[in-house]
Amino acid sequence: MTTNTADTSGPNANPTPAATLEFRHVQKVYPGSGQPAIQDLSLEICAGEICVLVGPSGCGKTTAMRMVNRMIDLSDGDILLDGRSVRDRAPAELRREIGYAIQQIGLFPHQTIAENITTVPKLLGWSKDRQRARVTELLELIGLDAEMASRYPAQLSGGQRQRVGVARALAADPPLMLMDEPFGAVDPIARARLQNEFLRLQAQLRKTIVFVTHDIDEAIKMGDKIAVLKTGGVLAQYATPAELLMYPADKFVEDFVGADRALKRLALQRVRDIDLWKAALVRVGEPVAQARAKLADADLPIAMLVDAENRPQGWLSDRAFTGERVTAEVRSPAEPVADLDDVLRDALSDLLSTETRYGAVLDARGAMAGVLSLEVIQHFLHAAPAEARSGAELVSE
Amino acid sequence: MNAAVLAQLKIETPGGSGSCVADNGFCPEWIADNLDRYWTPLLEHVFLTIVPVAIGFVIALGLAVLAHRRRWLTGPIVTITGIFFAIPSVAAFFLLQPLTGLGYTTAMVALVSYTLLIIFRNITNGLRNVPAETRDAALGQGLTDRQLLTRVEFPMAVPEIMAGLRIATSTTVGLAALAVFAGAGGLGSEILTDRYFKSNVVVAGGLAVLLAAVLDLALLGLQRVLTPWQRARA
Repeated sequence: MTTNTADTSGPNANPTPAATLEFRHVQKVYPGSGQPAIQDLSLEICAGEICVLVGPSGCGKTTAMRMVNRMIDLSDGDILLDGRSVRDRAPAELRREIGYAIQQIGLFPHQTIAENITTVPKLLGWSKDRQRARVTELLELIGLDAEMASRYPAQLSGGQRQRVGVARALAADPPLMLMDEPFGAVDPIARARLQNEFLRLQAQLRKTIVFVTHDIDEAIKMGDKIAVLKTGGVLAQYATPAELLMYPADKFVEDFVGADRALKRLALQRVRDIDLWKAALVRVGEPVAQARAKLADADLPIAMLVDAENRPQGWLSDRAFTGERVTAEVRSPAEPVADLDDVLRDALSDLLSTETRYGAVLDARGAMAGVLSLEVIQHFLHAAPAEARSGAELVSE
Repeated sequence: MNAAVLAQLKIETPGGSGSCVADNGFCPEWIADNLDRYWTPLLEHVFLTIVPVAIGFVIALGLAVLAHRRRWLTGPIVTITGIFFAIPSVAAFFLLQPLTGLGYTTAMVALVSYTLLIIFRNITNGLRNVPAETRDAALGQGLTDRQLLTRVEFPMAVPEIMAGLRIATSTTVGLAALAVFAGAGGLGSEILTDRYFKSNVVVAGGLAVLLAAVLDLALLGLQRVLTPWQRARA
C-alpha cells in the first residue's frame, strides 16, 4: 500500500480501500404489484470480496443490486455502504463512487474508448493528464492495445467491448463495483476468458463486488460468497462456493446447484489440495529386495519406474522383479500425468478417459509428486471442505 | 404596326437583342448579361431560408426538450405543429397580413411555422432512439438527467436531427419562393415579375435549386464533422 500522496504521483497511486456493504431488512415493492419483489433481505458483504447474487429469473437479484446505487429506490430497510446509508446520499454522487457494469455494456457509441473509460473521472473533474494516464493504465490492465483509446465502440469485438465496460466501471477506482451479468453478452469461450482475466484483476485490486448472474457455474467460479435467492428475494443460502456444494441448505438450493455438485466441487480444487497416494519409485538396476520394501510401504501395489531425476518412465510389471536387480520391464506407460497445479476436475477427467486406475502427479520440475486415483478423489469428497479455494484464488495462482 | 410592337417589346426587355428575347425564349447571351440582377433576390432568398430554419430549430429544440421531460406533451405539440404544416403556405402569407402586414415578418412567421413539425419530430425520434442500456449505463455511472441529455442523448441524436434540418431547409427554399406574396422578395419575386420569359424563370428557378443543393451539402458536411463515430466501423 502506498501512503497518501494525493493524485500527483500517478492516476491511481492511492487505491481506494474496498468498502463493506450491508443489506438491512431491505424491502422492495413495485407500485401496483401485490407481491413484493424483495420481502426482507439482510446480507453482509465483506470488504474485498466478490459476493454473487444468483437465482432463477424473477428472484429479485438484479433489483437487489440496483438498490445499492439507487437506480431503484428502497421501499423499506436500508443499505449501508461503509456503514453509511445510501438513502442519505444524492443518487448521482453516490453512483460516481460505485463502479457499474451491465450485460448490455451500454458503451456510448459517439465517444471513443478513452472518452468512454473516463466517463466518471470527467464527472469528478479529474485533470486531462490524469484522465489520459488512467486510460493508458486501464487499457494495459484489461489487455487492450493503447491505440484502441482513439477507436469507437463499433470498431471493437464483443469481448473487447465487455473489457472496456469493466475498465469504465473501474476508472475512478471505486471502493465497490456492481456487475450485472457483465460477461453475459459473449460466447462461452470468450466468457471463460473474461472471467479468468477478471479474477486475475480482482486478485490485485481486491474490490468489493456485487456480481449478479443466473448461472450457478459462473457463481461458483466467481464468488467468494454466494447468495442464492428465491422468488421474492428470499435468501435461501449465503455461503462460500464449497459450503454451498457440500451442504445445500434446502431442496431449492440443492436443485439449483444441480445434480453434479460433486463434480463442481472438484472444479474448485487443485490436485495439490488433496492427499495423494505415495507410490514406490524404482530405478533400473536397483536391488529387487530394496524395491520390494518400497512397494510394501506404498499406497498402491505397483511401482513406478523413474529416471535419475525421479521423472516417471512407466508402471513396472512383475517381471521387472524376477532377477537380482530391477529391469526396465514396463507394463504400461506413465499415463495420464497431472500437474500439482491442475484443477482436480480436469485430472479426474483424464483419469476416467484412460484405462489405468492411477495417474502420476508431477511437480513443477516434472518429478513424481504422488499418485491420483478414483479412491483418493472419493475420499476427498467425503472429507470436510476445510480448505476449499475460491475461484479467484484458483485463477490468480 | 409590326415595327411599333417590336419596338415596344424591346423597351420592355432591356438589354435584350434579337428574336430570342422577343420570343421569351431561353437566351444564354441575355442570361450572361443580366446575371447580376439576380444577386439581391438570391441573398434575400438565402436569408428567407436560413433565418426561419434557425429560428424553427431553436423553437423545436425547446419543445423537444420539454416533450422529453413530459412525455404527454408530445401529442399536443405534434398536433399543433401539424396544423401549421398543413396550412397552404400561400394562404398563410395572406392570412397573416392583417396581423403582421406586408414584408419579412409575415414571411418569417409562416416559414418558421412550417419547419417546426419536421424538426421537432426528428429531434424527438433521435432522443427516443437512444438505447435503454446506454441510458442505464449513463445514469448508473452518475450522470444527472441534464448531463444525460447534453452528453449522451443529444450527441447520439445528431444524425436524426441533421436529417430533419436538411428536409426543413430544402422545403423552406421552395416555400420561400412564395414569400413574394407576403411582400418579402426573394427569387420568387423575380420569377413573378417576368413569369413568361423563359430565361428569367430558368435562372431564378435554377438559382433556387442550386441554393437548396448547396445548403443541403453544407448540412451534410456539418453532420459528418459532428458525427465521426458514424463512419467508424470495424
